[in-house]
Amino acid sequence: MSVGSFDFVPVILWTDALIFALLGVVLALVWFIRRHPHLRAPWRSVARRPMTVGAALVLVVFVFIGLLDSLHYREKLSDSLPGHPQYSVEVLSAFDALVGRLRTQQEKTYSAPLALRLYAKEFIERDGMTVRDYPRLKYGGAHLKKTDAHASDIAWRIFAGLGQGLAASLLLFGLLAAWQARRHDTAFGDWLAAWRTGHLGWPGRTLVLVLGLMLMLGAAMAHLAADYHVFGTDKVGQDVLYISLKSIRTGLVIGTLTTLVTLPLAILLGIAAGYFRGWVDDVIQYVYTVLNSIPGVLLIASAVLIVQVAIEAHPQVFDTAAARADIRLLALCLIMGVTSWTGLARLLRGESLKLRTLDYVEAARAFGVSHVRIISRHIFPNVFHLVLIAVVLDFSGLVLAEAVLSYVGVGVDPTMYSWGNMINGARLELAREPVVWWQLGAAFVFMFTLVLAANLFADGVRDAFDPRLEARR
Amino acid sequence: MKPLLRVDTLITKIGAARVVDGVSFRVEAGETYALLGESGCGKSITALSLMRLLPDGGRIVSGAVRLGDTDVLALPEREMRRVRGGRMAMVFQEPMLALNPVIRVGDQIGEALSLHQGLAGAAAREAARALLDSVGVPDAARRLDTYPFELSGGLRQRMMIAMALAGEPELLIADEPTTALDVTIQAQVLGVLRDLRATRRMGMLLITHDLGVVAENADRVGVMYAGELLEEGARDAFFTAPQHPYSRMLFEALPRTGDGGRLATIAGQVPRLDAPLPGCRFAPRCPFAIARCREESPGWRELGGMRVRCHRAGELPTDSVRERIAHSATAHVPQTLLQVEGLKMYFPIRRGVIPRTVGYVRAVDGVDLAVQAGRTLALVGESGCGKTTVGKALLRLIEPTAGTIMLGGETVAAKRMPALRRQAQMVFQDPFSSLNPRMRVADILLEGMEALGVDTRGKRRGAVARLLSQVGLPDDAGDRYPHAFSGGQRQRIAIARALAVSPRLVICDEPTSALDVSVQAQILNLLKDLQDDLGLAYLFITHNLAVVEYLAHEVAVMYLGRIVEQGPAGAVLHTPRHPYTQALVGALPRIEPHAGRRIIRLAGDQPSPLNPPAGCHFHPRCPHASAICRQTYPQQTDLGGGHWVRCHWVAEQGKDFPG
Amino acid sequence: MFAYILRRLLYAVPILIGVNLLTFALFFVVNTPDDMARLQLGAKHVTADAIERWKVEHGYDKPLFLNTQATGSAQLTDTIFFRHSATMFVFRFGKGDDGRDIANEIRIRMGPSLAIALPVLVIGLMVNITFALLMVFFRATYLDLWGVVLCVILMSISGLFYIIAGQYFIAKLWNLLPISGFAGGINGLRFILLPVLVSVVAGIGSGSRWYRTIFLEEIGKDYVRTARAKGLSEIRVLFRHVLKNGMIPILTGVVVVLPLLFMGSLITESFFGIPGLGSYTIDAIQAQDFAVVRAMVFLGSFLYIVGLILTDISYSWVDPRVRLR
Repeated sequence: MSVGSFDFVPVILWTDALIFALLGVVLALVWFIRRHPHLRAPWRSVARRPMTVGAALVLVVFVFIGLLDSLHYREKLSDSLPGHPQYSVEVLSAFDALVGRLRTQQEKTYSAPLALRLYAKEFIERDGMTVRDYPRLKYGGAHLKKTDAHASDIAWRIFAGLGQGLAASLLLFGLLAAWQARRHDTAFGDWLAAWRTGHLGWPGRTLVLVLGLMLMLGAAMAHLAADYHVFGTDKVGQDVLYISLKSIRTGLVIGTLTTLVTLPLAILLGIAAGYFRGWVDDVIQYVYTVLNSIPGVLLIASAVLIVQVAIEAHPQVFDTAAARADIRLLALCLIMGVTSWTGLARLLRGESLKLRTLDYVEAARAFGVSHVRIISRHIFPNVFHLVLIAVVLDFSGLVLAEAVLSYVGVGVDPTMYSWGNMINGARLELAREPVVWWQLGAAFVFMFTLVLAANLFADGVRDAFDPRLEARR
Repeated sequence: MKPLLRVDTLITKIGAARVVDGVSFRVEAGETYALLGESGCGKSITALSLMRLLPDGGRIVSGAVRLGDTDVLALPEREMRRVRGGRMAMVFQEPMLALNPVIRVGDQIGEALSLHQGLAGAAAREAARALLDSVGVPDAARRLDTYPFELSGGLRQRMMIAMALAGEPELLIADEPTTALDVTIQAQVLGVLRDLRATRRMGMLLITHDLGVVAENADRVGVMYAGELLEEGARDAFFTAPQHPYSRMLFEALPRTGDGGRLATIAGQVPRLDAPLPGCRFAPRCPFAIARCREESPGWRELGGMRVRCHRAGELPTDSVRERIAHSATAHVPQTLLQVEGLKMYFPIRRGVIPRTVGYVRAVDGVDLAVQAGRTLALVGESGCGKTTVGKALLRLIEPTAGTIMLGGETVAAKRMPALRRQAQMVFQDPFSSLNPRMRVADILLEGMEALGVDTRGKRRGAVARLLSQVGLPDDAGDRYPHAFSGGQRQRIAIARALAVSPRLVICDEPTSALDVSVQAQILNLLKDLQDDLGLAYLFITHNLAVVEYLAHEVAVMYLGRIVEQGPAGAVLHTPRHPYTQALVGALPRIEPHAGRRIIRLAGDQPSPLNPPAGCHFHPRCPHASAICRQTYPQQTDLGGGHWVRCHWVAEQGKDFPG
Repeated sequence: MFAYILRRLLYAVPILIGVNLLTFALFFVVNTPDDMARLQLGAKHVTADAIERWKVEHGYDKPLFLNTQATGSAQLTDTIFFRHSATMFVFRFGKGDDGRDIANEIRIRMGPSLAIALPVLVIGLMVNITFALLMVFFRATYLDLWGVVLCVILMSISGLFYIIAGQYFIAKLWNLLPISGFAGGINGLRFILLPVLVSVVAGIGSGSRWYRTIFLEEIGKDYVRTARAKGLSEIRVLFRHVLKNGMIPILTGVVVVLPLLFMGSLITESFFGIPGLGSYTIDAIQAQDFAVVRAMVFLGSFLYIVGLILTDISYSWVDPRVRLR
């Protein structure tokens, strides 16, 4: 492979590797579940809940952005010699490449959403005179020669975006209807009628509605973002929409990788404590009582402070700022994972205690089946639903926790894009007159959407997997 | 005279299922009307419909319920509350769950008294005490201040009854009031209910699955099946000659003494109630069904003093549908398979600042047993007597405190466990918790063979098919998961699992007590067939004497961790000598006329094995107890023919006294 | 009962030792005092002398566990472990970086923390139980469904936004209450109102949804049917039977956090400028004052264990089935 033939070199950060490993695990799990009808059944019931399916769709969009943002690379510097390529220290992602100008169009400082002018007065030349006024933005609305066309331009872009979104969703819907009608061998009209009255067996109306809304919103946003800063700019003039979108990955990483750390600990220790009882139980209970007794934030804070000291003591290990911030993010996930496995472990311990007395475990013991086999075939499959419920329920809590920890100063690296850092940075500006509200607003909108979708999804999963409801099915 | 309660074509739906479908009956004042049926037939929902206490998702679609002159279904909720617990009260099945755990029973009864009689304070307390007296609660004044968990099952159910009586109801609905109780306690509670009905002239609607309970308590009977009433009439007429094929098969499915024939079974399952059902609902399972049965729902007909809904009523053969197979009565050569001596199972109780053992729960306290190859030994006793612990200790699922276990002439020691496990296996009580819901049936059957290394991989596959056919399951069952099967089928799977390693002894721990009578019959038949075919020996652990009579060759009766009487099944069950055995046998509700039965009604409850009474454990409840019974535990008194008993009273009388 | 409490107290000792060792390991073994000094002094002033001086000032110049230069028992006592960790068992926390006695600070700051945390707990409990009971009363209706959806929406909002919104709208825009600050006595009430209000509102979503689940579980039990069969009205069933049983998990969940109320809430206190232990902690974290953080970790664990013991005792009070032995 000739190195010179590439314009970039891929960078795999630690969290990237883990994210894609996790994705692999999820895909393998999906494949496994599809092959087992009794495992598929509760998922089917998840898929029949309109609210859950709508939430899942929103989550998919977030996850997609997060995944795009996890494909990292470094660009080749344009002035590097052939044969001796030099690469930029800035680590970019596929997402950056996709949104292009959103990243690079940087203003001087604050500007309001969709504004034409900066939020701070400057000395500018006007008609040969130097006056102190709000200057025009370098990029935001720069295509407008006259400022009085501002309102109509925005309205037109929104209208065009909504229209295109609507058209696209109608087209998609038509294709879906045609495909479904063909598949079920029904007339197109009959299928439409079934769809309208909600007799499809899956929440078609909700799905189409949510998809349509997202397409319309996305298209309108895209039209606006092409020449405006939709959510304004921050203190250093960076587009707030871009920051918010980049923060998605941080939220997802914290919400998922933390669980990845939690699960092995919680599952192994929880089941071991409940199944073996005796001194194993005593030791494990001791460990988790000790961990539990330390107030969570303090334990995380102490650990993060220590990691910070360690990182600062060894600056030579990290070749880019991104790698450094990434290690801190990973450390945060690890720390939160190590401090938060106790809840699930306790739950699994209790459940294993119950399961081990069940007749089918007794029957296995009567055959002399080994402990490992009993745990893997009898205990684990029967507590798995608890694990799953815990994972989806914890996700939103972790995303929210990131904001609080960043506020306390023990969250992600201050240079990292995250909603916590956005809130932290914007909080001080609330005292300003007039108020700089858009950073907070954007962080709120994005965080709320993700967390609400996650919560609604978790609710649906819990209802479908709850064994008490299972009995009624 | 107007009936007390009149139900007309009541239809109740839960979700889409018509759980009660056009049920009509009436109850007169002072009579007991029994609603009989197997689980899921809609009898409990009928009762809850009368009270208008349906679970979420349930609603009464149509029909009429009249209590005296009141149209119950038309009452506004506020008025209905006065009827509930006032004119019409209900006693539920599981008294532990049906009483509020954190409120004193006196207060729970007082609540009803204040609501329906306006009593409060000392007056309410006095009234509550009087109620407890009337249901035979000893030491009533003190018991008012206890919480439900401090009471025994029998006392709890009496509390429930006292609470129901607080509103002085005209109609008492008792929903399986004794199903959760032991036989001796069941006899006590049923006695209370009979007395109350007589003294208070209440009407009683008794809901039960137990023919014996009906025979001893009801004046009239209605049989329900799949949401419909099939047959109705006076008790005596019903027990002399039931007219509906379903009723008949219920009788035939009941294990009875002595005839040794196969029990009748009802093929198939109860139909789903959420689809329209043309024709007679029992037709798909009825051996007498004709084409008309499947098309046209039969109307009511009067026949032999009964009302019955069957096209073929009156033309059915009069003799039993039971097959009379003479079981191969091959000469039995005694060969001891399992020999247990001095088995003890003590569970330590630890207390104190630094926990130390302060005492033991003596769950099993010196049990000797012997099971002959190819024969059945029944271990009988009430809940908490330690019989299940014996079973588990034999397989070393729990490590016994003391005692020797010999299997096939060899001592069972820890290092020889695999050998033991190939020879002895277990079938559990609850077919739902005994199969892992996440494993396919084939994997469940393979598990034992794999763990014990039976056969090669290829042969095991073949073994699965053989096992399935052996227990009467279809070939494709192996690929399915347990939830696809009914309770009876699951129990077959559990039996097949035990058989997978070709054991010589199977320990059956109440294998049929969670099943309906007709399903129980299938399992009992299967167990008997397997014994004949494979020469299996069974240790059959049960509280149900009727099953014992049918299946066992030998019986051992256990009380508080010790065996009090043991011997050949016929001898122990027909001439029981120990007062406890006599009480057990007497307390069993029977469908035959009560000719010449000596009923000993036991007072009180079984004491705790933590603190067993001194001397003979049974003396506090024994009608024959004397001074010596309070001091020393009785020695074994041999009665000949392998029949022995541990009782001072029997020893004194001499062994010739006829039982 | 007495023996039980005694036993639990004995069990608490190894747990506190565990906490102590864990924090000690985190603070002194993973990172050397040199690392800490470098971090504290900042990159500019790092010289070997400065580090040494910093260590002496903060008492970190001793060996970790065993002082071989000392004699007698001082071999064990004149160490970092003994001076900084072991002394915590008698609540001697030493001095913070600002030179003030930590134990004294804790005493002073407990009051303000409690002034916020206690009303939040009590009012929150009442509000949440009321909402939960309302939803349960109207269960399986649209009122219940939308109540749950509202709860999910409320709990999807970060606590930070509740505070920011409360401060912005109520204090800044409408000028109803002071934006932050604290005063003792009756005068302090106006400072307390806003943080309490915000904290209660922020807790409604998760709180009432959780209580609703508890009550729903109870209402499906057999004894509720018995109560109805007695002729009790739905309200009486709810308040007398369901509430009484549902309060067992609720109360015991509350009791475990009771001692921790002294610690205050980090975020609320910091935003509203309450001079309590929460803001003390957060300041310490931001200033990287290890001595204070360590002290707060120990105090928090101690209070948590007290909470666990209180929980068990409260169980035996509210649930007659539980006997402590």
